[in-house]
Amino acid sequence: MAPTLEHSVAERFSPELMLPDLYRIKRLKMETDDTFTLEMIPEENGATFSFLPGQFNMLYVFGVGEVPISISSDPSACPTIQHTTRVVGMVTKAMGGLKPGDLLGIRGPFGSHWPVEKAKDRDVLIVAGGIGLAPLRPALFWLMSHREEFRKIVLLYGTRSPDDILYRHELEHWRGKFDLEIQVTVDRAASTWRGNVGVVTTMIPRAPFDPSNTTVLVCGPEVMMLFTMMELRKRGVRAGHIFLSMERNMKCGIGSCGHCQFGPTFVCRNGPVFCLEQIESILGKAEI
Amino acid sequence: MIQTLEPIIREHPFFHGLDERYIRLIAECAKNVRFDEDAVLFRHSDPADHFYLIREGLVAVELTIPHRGHTTVLTAGNGEVLGWSWLFPPYRWHFDARALHPTRALAFDGKCLRTKCEEDHDLGYEMFRRFTQMMTTRLESTSLQLMDLYGANA
Repeated sequence: MAPTLEHSVAERFSPELMLPDLYRIKRLKMETDDTFTLEMIPEENGATFSFLPGQFNMLYVFGVGEVPISISSDPSACPTIQHTTRVVGMVTKAMGGLKPGDLLGIRGPFGSHWPVEKAKDRDVLIVAGGIGLAPLRPALFWLMSHREEFRKIVLLYGTRSPDDILYRHELEHWRGKFDLEIQVTVDRAASTWRGNVGVVTTMIPRAPFDPSNTTVLVCGPEVMMLFTMMELRKRGVRAGHIFLSMERNMKCGIGSCGHCQFGPTFVCRNGPVFCLEQIESILGKAEI
Repeated sequence: MIQTLEPIIREHPFFHGLDERYIRLIAECAKNVRFDEDAVLFRHSDPADHFYLIREGLVAVELTIPHRGHTTVLTAGNGEVLGWSWLFPPYRWHFDARALHPTRALAFDGKCLRTKCEEDHDLGYEMFRRFTQMMTTRLESTSLQLMDLYGANA
Protein backbone atom coordinates (compact mmCIF):
# COMPACT_ATOMS: atom_id res chain seq x y z
CA MET A 1 0.00 0.00 0.00
CA ALA A 2 1.33 3.39 -0.90
CA PRO A 3 1.96 5.56 2.14
CA THR A 4 -0.25 8.55 2.66
CA LEU A 5 0.43 11.67 4.64
CA GLU A 6 -2.15 10.65 7.21
CA HIS A 7 -0.51 7.28 7.54
CA SER A 8 2.42 7.36 9.93
CA VAL A 9 5.05 4.78 9.22
CA ALA A 10 3.89 1.70 11.01
CA GLU A 11 6.23 -0.45 12.99
CA ARG A 12 7.24 -2.94 10.36
CA PHE A 13 9.46 -5.76 11.41
CA SER A 14 9.69 -8.24 8.62
CA PRO A 15 12.72 -10.10 7.27
CA GLU A 16 11.72 -8.94 3.80
CA LEU A 17 12.58 -5.41 4.83
CA MET A 18 16.21 -6.47 4.94
CA LEU A 19 16.16 -7.53 1.27
CA PRO A 20 17.12 -4.81 -1.20
CA ASP A 21 15.30 -4.22 -4.46
CA LEU A 22 17.35 -3.72 -7.57
CA TYR A 23 17.53 -0.24 -9.05
CA ARG A 24 19.35 0.83 -12.17
CA ILE A 25 21.25 4.12 -12.34
CA LYS A 26 19.72 6.39 -14.92
CA ARG A 27 21.88 9.44 -14.32
CA LEU A 28 24.61 10.72 -12.04
CA LYS A 29 24.81 14.47 -11.73
CA MET A 30 27.63 16.28 -9.96
CA GLU A 31 26.03 19.02 -7.84
CA THR A 32 29.32 20.37 -6.44
CA ASP A 33 32.88 19.06 -6.50
CA ASP A 34 32.13 16.45 -3.81
CA THR A 35 28.36 16.09 -3.90
CA PHE A 36 26.33 14.21 -6.47
CA THR A 37 22.76 13.16 -7.23
CA LEU A 38 21.93 9.63 -8.35
CA GLU A 39 18.76 9.15 -10.34
CA MET A 40 17.46 5.58 -10.37
CA ILE A 41 14.61 3.49 -11.69
CA PRO A 42 13.41 0.09 -10.46
CA GLU A 43 14.94 -2.78 -12.37
CA GLU A 44 11.74 -4.79 -12.21
CA ASN A 45 9.23 -3.80 -14.87
CA GLY A 46 6.11 -2.28 -13.37
CA ALA A 47 7.61 -2.02 -9.89
CA THR A 48 6.16 0.76 -7.82
CA PHE A 49 7.78 2.96 -5.22
CA SER A 50 6.34 5.78 -3.22
CA PHE A 51 7.60 7.80 -0.30
CA LEU A 52 6.79 10.78 1.84
CA PRO A 53 8.99 13.91 1.97
CA GLY A 54 11.71 13.43 4.57
CA GLN A 55 11.97 9.64 4.41
CA PHE A 56 15.19 7.80 3.61
CA ASN A 57 16.36 4.64 1.85
CA MET A 58 19.19 2.25 2.60
CA LEU A 59 21.40 2.19 -0.50
CA TYR A 60 23.53 -0.89 -1.05
CA VAL A 61 26.61 -0.77 -3.28
CA PHE A 62 27.17 -4.47 -3.90
CA GLY A 63 30.41 -5.75 -2.48
CA VAL A 64 31.08 -2.51 -0.62
CA GLY A 65 28.33 -1.75 1.86
CA GLU A 66 25.06 -0.07 2.71
CA VAL A 67 24.35 3.52 3.78
CA PRO A 68 21.22 5.48 4.74
CA ILE A 69 20.51 8.42 2.44
CA SER A 70 17.46 10.69 2.37
CA ILE A 71 15.36 10.70 -0.74
CA SER A 72 15.80 14.05 -2.47
CA SER A 73 13.43 13.81 -5.43
CA ASP A 74 9.90 14.94 -6.20
CA PRO A 75 7.44 12.49 -4.56
CA SER A 76 5.21 12.75 -7.61
CA ALA A 77 8.02 11.58 -9.93
CA CYS A 78 8.04 8.02 -8.50
CA PRO A 79 9.09 5.34 -9.25
CA THR A 80 12.08 7.35 -10.47
CA ILE A 81 13.93 8.43 -7.36
CA GLN A 82 16.92 10.61 -6.59
CA HIS A 83 19.42 10.61 -3.76
CA THR A 84 21.90 13.41 -3.19
CA THR A 85 24.97 12.62 -1.15
CA ARG A 86 28.50 13.72 -0.52
CA VAL A 87 31.58 11.55 -0.73
CA VAL A 88 32.36 10.99 2.94
CA GLY A 89 33.33 7.31 3.18
CA MET A 90 33.97 4.07 1.37
CA VAL A 91 30.39 3.42 0.27
CA THR A 92 29.62 6.92 -0.95
CA LYS A 93 32.98 6.99 -2.73
CA ALA A 94 32.07 3.76 -4.56
CA MET A 95 28.62 5.18 -5.26
CA GLY A 96 30.15 8.23 -6.88
CA GLY A 97 32.02 5.92 -9.23
CA LEU A 98 28.85 4.23 -10.53
CA LYS A 99 27.81 4.79 -14.12
CA PRO A 100 24.40 4.94 -15.83
CA GLY A 101 23.24 1.36 -16.26
CA ASP A 102 24.90 0.07 -13.08
CA LEU A 103 22.78 -1.66 -10.44
CA LEU A 104 22.28 -0.68 -6.83
CA GLY A 105 20.26 -2.23 -4.01
CA ILE A 106 17.61 -0.19 -2.26
CA ARG A 107 15.65 -0.87 0.92
CA GLY A 108 13.00 1.55 1.99
CA PRO A 109 11.44 4.00 2.30
CA PHE A 110 11.98 4.23 6.04
CA GLY A 111 11.32 6.68 8.81
CA SER A 112 9.04 9.56 9.63
CA HIS A 113 8.28 12.46 7.29
CA TRP A 114 7.93 16.23 7.21
CA PRO A 115 4.40 17.14 8.40
CA VAL A 116 3.59 19.11 5.24
CA GLU A 117 -0.14 18.41 5.44
CA LYS A 118 -0.33 19.80 8.96
CA ALA A 119 1.18 23.04 7.67
CA LYS A 120 -1.88 23.84 5.53
CA ASP A 121 -3.14 27.42 5.92
CA ARG A 122 0.04 28.33 7.76
CA ASP A 123 3.35 29.97 6.86
CA VAL A 124 6.07 27.44 6.18
CA LEU A 125 9.66 28.27 7.03
CA ILE A 126 12.36 25.92 5.79
CA VAL A 127 15.83 26.29 7.23
CA ALA A 128 18.52 24.24 5.49
CA GLY A 129 22.24 23.99 6.10
CA GLY A 130 24.65 22.52 3.56
CA ILE A 131 23.59 19.12 2.28
CA GLY A 132 20.63 19.36 4.67
CA LEU A 133 18.78 20.87 1.74
CA ALA A 134 18.56 17.40 0.12
CA PRO A 135 16.05 15.86 2.58
CA LEU A 136 14.02 19.08 2.41
CA ARG A 137 13.84 19.13 -1.38
CA PRO A 138 10.90 16.64 -1.59
CA ALA A 139 9.02 18.85 0.88
CA LEU A 140 9.71 21.87 -1.35
CA PHE A 141 8.41 19.96 -4.38
CA TRP A 142 5.30 19.04 -2.38
CA LEU A 143 4.71 22.58 -1.14
CA MET A 144 5.19 24.08 -4.58
CA SER A 145 2.78 21.61 -6.16
CA HIS A 146 0.14 22.46 -3.51
CA ARG A 147 1.12 26.13 -3.33
CA GLU A 148 -2.41 27.51 -2.84
CA GLU A 149 -2.85 25.51 0.39
CA PHE A 150 -0.16 27.43 2.26
CA ARG A 151 0.47 31.02 3.23
CA LYS A 152 4.04 32.31 2.92
CA ILE A 153 6.74 29.81 2.07
CA VAL A 154 10.24 30.93 3.02
CA LEU A 155 13.47 29.03 2.44
CA LEU A 156 16.59 30.11 4.34
CA TYR A 157 19.58 28.22 3.02
CA GLY A 158 23.11 28.44 4.36
CA THR A 159 26.06 26.74 2.80
CA ARG A 160 29.83 26.88 2.75
CA SER A 161 30.53 28.95 -0.35
CA PRO A 162 28.78 30.01 -3.57
CA ASP A 163 30.26 26.94 -5.30
CA ASP A 164 28.54 24.68 -2.76
CA ILE A 165 24.99 25.81 -3.47
CA LEU A 166 22.90 22.73 -4.24
CA TYR A 167 20.12 22.60 -6.85
CA ARG A 168 21.03 26.09 -8.03
CA HIS A 169 18.84 26.00 -11.14
CA GLU A 170 15.81 24.82 -9.18
CA LEU A 171 16.29 27.52 -6.56
CA GLU A 172 16.53 30.14 -9.30
CA HIS A 173 13.43 28.71 -10.98
CA TRP A 174 11.39 28.69 -7.75
CA ARG A 175 12.57 32.17 -6.82
CA GLY A 176 11.47 33.38 -10.26
CA LYS A 177 7.91 32.27 -9.55
CA PHE A 178 7.61 35.06 -6.96
CA ASP A 179 5.51 33.01 -4.54
CA LEU A 180 8.39 31.53 -2.61
CA GLU A 181 10.92 33.66 -0.76
CA ILE A 182 14.42 32.21 -0.94
CA GLN A 183 17.34 33.68 0.98
CA VAL A 184 20.76 32.13 0.53
CA THR A 185 23.82 32.85 2.63
CA VAL A 186 27.35 31.47 2.54
CA ASP A 187 30.03 31.16 5.19
CA ARG A 188 32.76 32.53 2.97
CA ALA A 189 32.98 34.27 -0.36
CA ALA A 190 35.22 36.32 -2.58
CA SER A 191 34.20 39.87 -3.39
CA THR A 192 32.62 38.70 -6.66
CA TRP A 193 29.70 37.17 -4.68
CA ARG A 194 26.86 39.70 -4.48
CA GLY A 195 24.75 37.82 -1.94
CA ASN A 196 24.65 37.30 1.83
CA VAL A 197 27.64 36.18 3.86
CA GLY A 198 27.08 34.84 7.37
CA VAL A 199 25.50 31.87 9.07
CA VAL A 200 21.93 30.93 8.24
CA THR A 201 20.74 31.66 11.79
CA THR A 202 21.41 35.39 11.27
CA MET A 203 18.57 35.50 8.72
CA ILE A 204 15.92 34.21 11.13
CA PRO A 205 15.29 37.45 13.11
CA ARG A 206 14.23 39.31 9.97
CA ALA A 207 12.74 36.47 7.92
CA PRO A 208 9.19 37.25 6.76
CA PHE A 209 6.94 34.80 8.63
CA ASP A 210 4.33 34.96 11.37
CA PRO A 211 5.83 33.16 14.39
CA SER A 212 2.40 32.38 15.80
CA ASN A 213 1.25 30.66 12.62
CA THR A 214 4.31 29.02 11.12
CA THR A 215 5.46 25.46 10.70
CA VAL A 216 9.24 25.19 10.54
CA LEU A 217 11.23 22.41 8.89
CA VAL A 218 14.95 22.33 9.71
CA CYS A 219 17.77 20.14 8.43
CA GLY A 220 21.51 20.58 8.63
CA PRO A 221 24.43 19.87 10.93
CA GLU A 222 23.27 19.37 14.51
CA VAL A 223 25.04 22.49 15.80
CA MET A 224 23.36 24.59 13.14
CA MET A 225 19.98 23.11 14.08
CA LEU A 226 20.61 23.85 17.74
CA PHE A 227 21.31 27.54 17.06
CA THR A 228 18.42 27.68 14.60
CA MET A 229 16.12 26.34 17.29
CA MET A 230 17.34 29.03 19.71
CA GLU A 231 16.66 31.82 17.20
CA LEU A 232 13.23 30.41 16.37
CA ARG A 233 12.32 30.24 20.05
CA LYS A 234 13.51 33.87 20.46
CA ARG A 235 11.05 34.83 17.72
CA GLY A 236 8.31 33.02 19.57
CA VAL A 237 7.82 29.88 17.46
CA ARG A 238 6.45 27.08 19.65
CA ALA A 239 8.41 23.81 19.94
CA GLY A 240 5.38 21.89 18.69
CA HIS A 241 5.65 23.66 15.34
CA ILE A 242 9.36 23.06 14.76
CA PHE A 243 10.48 19.85 13.03
CA LEU A 244 14.06 18.68 12.64
CA SER A 245 15.65 15.87 10.67
CA MET A 246 18.25 14.12 12.83
CA GLU A 247 21.18 12.06 11.68
CA ARG A 248 22.66 9.10 13.52
CA ASN A 249 24.51 5.94 12.55
CA MET A 250 21.62 4.06 10.96
CA LYS A 251 22.25 0.43 10.01
CA CYS A 252 19.11 -1.69 9.80
CA GLY A 253 16.60 1.06 9.04
CA ILE A 254 13.82 -0.67 10.97
CA GLY A 255 14.69 -0.06 14.62
CA SER A 256 16.10 -3.53 15.26
CA CYS A 257 19.84 -3.08 15.63
CA GLY A 258 19.97 -0.09 17.98
CA HIS A 259 22.86 1.67 16.23
CA CYS A 260 20.91 4.89 15.81
CA GLN A 261 19.61 5.19 19.35
CA PHE A 262 18.97 8.81 20.22
CA GLY A 263 17.90 9.04 23.86
CA PRO A 264 14.70 7.05 24.17
CA THR A 265 14.18 6.87 20.40
CA PHE A 266 15.65 5.25 17.32
CA VAL A 267 16.32 7.74 14.55
CA CYS A 268 15.58 5.22 11.79
CA ARG A 269 12.17 4.28 13.16
CA ASN A 270 10.93 7.24 15.25
CA GLY A 271 12.76 9.77 13.08
CA PRO A 272 14.61 11.00 11.16
CA VAL A 273 12.03 13.80 11.34
CA PHE A 274 11.20 14.71 14.93
CA CYS A 275 9.04 17.40 16.42
CA LEU A 276 11.23 19.59 18.62
CA GLU A 277 8.85 18.90 21.51
CA GLN A 278 9.95 15.25 21.43
CA ILE A 279 13.68 15.89 21.57
CA GLU A 280 14.22 19.39 22.97
CA SER A 281 15.51 18.06 26.30
CA ILE A 282 18.18 15.88 24.70
CA LEU A 283 19.17 17.97 21.67
CA GLY A 284 22.78 19.13 21.84
CA LYS A 285 23.62 16.96 24.87
CA ALA A 286 27.10 15.53 24.54
CA GLU A 287 26.07 12.29 26.29
CA ILE A 288 23.31 11.49 23.79
CA MET B 1 7.90 69.70 5.30
CA ILE B 2 10.95 68.17 6.92
CA GLN B 3 10.30 64.60 8.02
CA THR B 4 11.81 63.59 11.32
CA LEU B 5 13.73 60.33 11.61
CA GLU B 6 12.29 59.59 15.03
CA PRO B 7 9.54 57.19 13.81
CA ILE B 8 12.11 55.08 11.92
CA ILE B 9 14.37 54.91 14.95
CA ARG B 10 11.51 54.21 17.36
CA GLU B 11 10.18 51.32 15.29
CA HIS B 12 13.50 49.63 14.76
CA PRO B 13 14.04 46.49 16.91
CA PHE B 14 17.53 47.69 17.83
CA PHE B 15 16.05 50.67 19.66
CA HIS B 16 13.02 48.80 20.98
CA GLY B 17 11.98 49.99 24.44
CA LEU B 18 14.24 53.03 24.46
CA ASP B 19 12.88 56.02 26.35
CA GLU B 20 11.26 58.64 24.13
CA ARG B 21 13.66 61.39 25.22
CA TYR B 22 16.59 59.22 24.07
CA ILE B 23 14.92 58.57 20.73
CA ARG B 24 14.83 62.34 20.26
CA LEU B 25 18.48 62.70 21.28
CA ILE B 26 19.59 59.92 18.95
CA ALA B 27 17.55 61.35 16.06
CA GLU B 28 19.49 64.60 16.43
CA CYS B 29 22.63 62.66 15.47
CA ALA B 30 21.04 60.78 12.52
CA LYS B 31 20.73 61.49 8.82
CA ASN B 32 19.51 59.63 5.75
CA VAL B 33 22.23 58.38 3.40
CA ARG B 34 22.32 56.50 0.11
CA PHE B 35 25.08 54.44 -1.43
CA ASP B 36 25.30 53.32 -5.02
CA GLU B 37 26.32 49.80 -5.86
CA ASP B 38 30.02 49.31 -5.06
CA ALA B 39 30.23 52.58 -3.13
CA VAL B 40 32.56 52.40 -0.13
CA LEU B 41 30.98 53.14 3.26
CA PHE B 42 34.26 53.04 5.13
CA ARG B 43 37.80 51.75 4.89
CA HIS B 44 40.02 49.92 7.32
CA SER B 45 41.85 52.29 9.76
CA ASP B 46 39.84 55.36 8.71
CA PRO B 47 38.21 57.25 11.60
CA ALA B 48 35.07 55.40 12.73
CA ASP B 49 32.74 58.32 13.17
CA HIS B 50 29.45 56.67 12.18
CA PHE B 51 27.33 53.61 12.53
CA TYR B 52 24.58 52.65 10.14
CA LEU B 53 21.11 51.24 10.29
CA ILE B 54 20.52 49.61 6.91
CA ARG B 55 17.02 50.37 5.68
CA GLU B 56 17.30 48.71 2.29
CA GLY B 57 20.17 47.09 0.42
CA LEU B 58 23.15 44.95 1.27
CA VAL B 59 26.60 45.92 2.54
CA ALA B 60 29.66 43.66 2.58
CA VAL B 61 32.15 43.91 5.41
CA GLU B 62 35.44 43.01 3.83
CA LEU B 63 39.04 42.36 4.65
CA THR B 64 41.83 42.68 2.16
CA ILE B 65 44.18 39.74 2.33
CA PRO B 66 47.53 40.10 0.54
CA HIS B 67 47.65 38.03 -2.67
CA ARG B 68 43.99 37.04 -2.21
CA GLY B 69 42.24 40.36 -2.56
CA HIS B 70 38.97 41.24 -0.85
CA THR B 71 37.29 38.59 1.27
CA THR B 72 33.79 39.16 2.58
CA VAL B 73 33.59 38.53 6.30
CA LEU B 74 29.86 39.15 6.61
CA THR B 75 27.06 41.10 5.03
CA ALA B 76 24.52 43.41 6.63
CA GLY B 77 21.11 43.77 5.02
CA ASN B 78 17.67 45.23 5.59
CA GLY B 79 17.10 46.17 9.20
CA GLU B 80 20.61 45.35 10.39
CA VAL B 81 22.99 47.61 12.27
CA LEU B 82 26.50 48.06 10.94
CA GLY B 83 29.54 49.29 12.85
CA TRP B 84 30.54 49.49 16.49
CA SER B 85 34.07 50.94 16.19
CA TRP B 86 32.64 54.43 16.79
CA LEU B 87 31.96 53.38 20.38
CA PHE B 88 35.43 52.20 21.40
CA PRO B 89 38.89 53.83 21.25
CA PRO B 90 40.79 54.31 19.02
CA TYR B 91 37.57 54.95 16.99
CA ARG B 92 38.96 53.49 13.77
CA TRP B 93 37.40 50.95 11.41
CA HIS B 94 38.84 47.45 11.51
CA PHE B 95 37.33 46.41 8.18
CA ASP B 96 36.24 47.81 4.84
CA ALA B 97 32.56 48.13 3.97
CA ARG B 98 31.12 48.29 0.46
CA ALA B 99 27.56 48.43 -0.83
CA LEU B 100 26.82 45.28 -2.85
CA HIS B 101 23.46 46.65 -3.94
CA PRO B 102 22.13 50.22 -3.92
CA THR B 103 21.65 50.87 -0.22
CA ARG B 104 19.60 53.29 1.87
CA ALA B 105 20.54 53.74 5.50
CA LEU B 106 20.41 55.96 8.52
CA ALA B 107 23.89 57.13 9.44
CA PHE B 108 24.44 58.06 13.09
CA ASP B 109 27.18 60.51 13.95
CA GLY B 110 29.44 58.68 16.42
CA LYS B 111 31.03 61.80 17.90
CA CYS B 112 27.64 63.38 18.47
CA LEU B 113 26.36 60.22 20.17
CA ARG B 114 29.49 59.74 22.26
CA THR B 115 29.11 63.26 23.61
CA LYS B 116 25.47 62.62 24.49
CA CYS B 117 26.42 59.31 26.15
CA GLU B 118 29.08 61.11 28.24
CA GLU B 119 26.54 63.73 29.28
CA ASP B 120 23.90 61.16 30.18
CA HIS B 121 25.23 57.85 31.41
CA ASP B 122 21.79 56.26 31.31
CA LEU B 123 21.80 56.80 27.55
CA GLY B 124 25.36 55.50 27.48
CA TYR B 125 24.25 52.35 29.32
CA GLU B 126 21.38 51.81 26.87
CA MET B 127 23.70 52.18 23.88
CA PHE B 128 26.35 49.89 25.35
CA ARG B 129 23.70 47.31 26.28
CA ARG B 130 22.35 47.22 22.73
CA PHE B 131 25.75 47.14 21.04
CA THR B 132 27.03 44.48 23.45
CA GLN B 133 24.03 42.29 22.57
CA MET B 134 24.78 42.79 18.87
CA MET B 135 28.45 41.95 19.41
CA THR B 136 27.52 38.79 21.32
CA THR B 137 25.29 37.68 18.45
CA ARG B 138 28.02 38.43 15.90
CA LEU B 139 30.57 36.54 18.00
CA GLU B 140 28.30 33.48 18.08
CA SER B 141 27.77 33.68 14.34
CA THR B 142 31.49 34.05 13.69
CA SER B 143 32.18 30.98 15.85
CA LEU B 144 29.73 28.97 13.75
CA GLN B 145 31.34 30.27 10.55
CA LEU B 146 34.78 29.25 11.80
CA MET B 147 33.56 25.73 12.61
CA ASP B 148 33.18 25.06 8.87
CA LEU B 149 29.92 23.26 9.69
CA TYR B 150 29.20 22.25 6.14
CA GLY B 151 32.68 21.02 5.29
CA ALA B 152 33.35 17.37 4.43
CA ASN B 153 34.96 16.74 7.82
CA ALA B 154 32.32 18.53 9.86
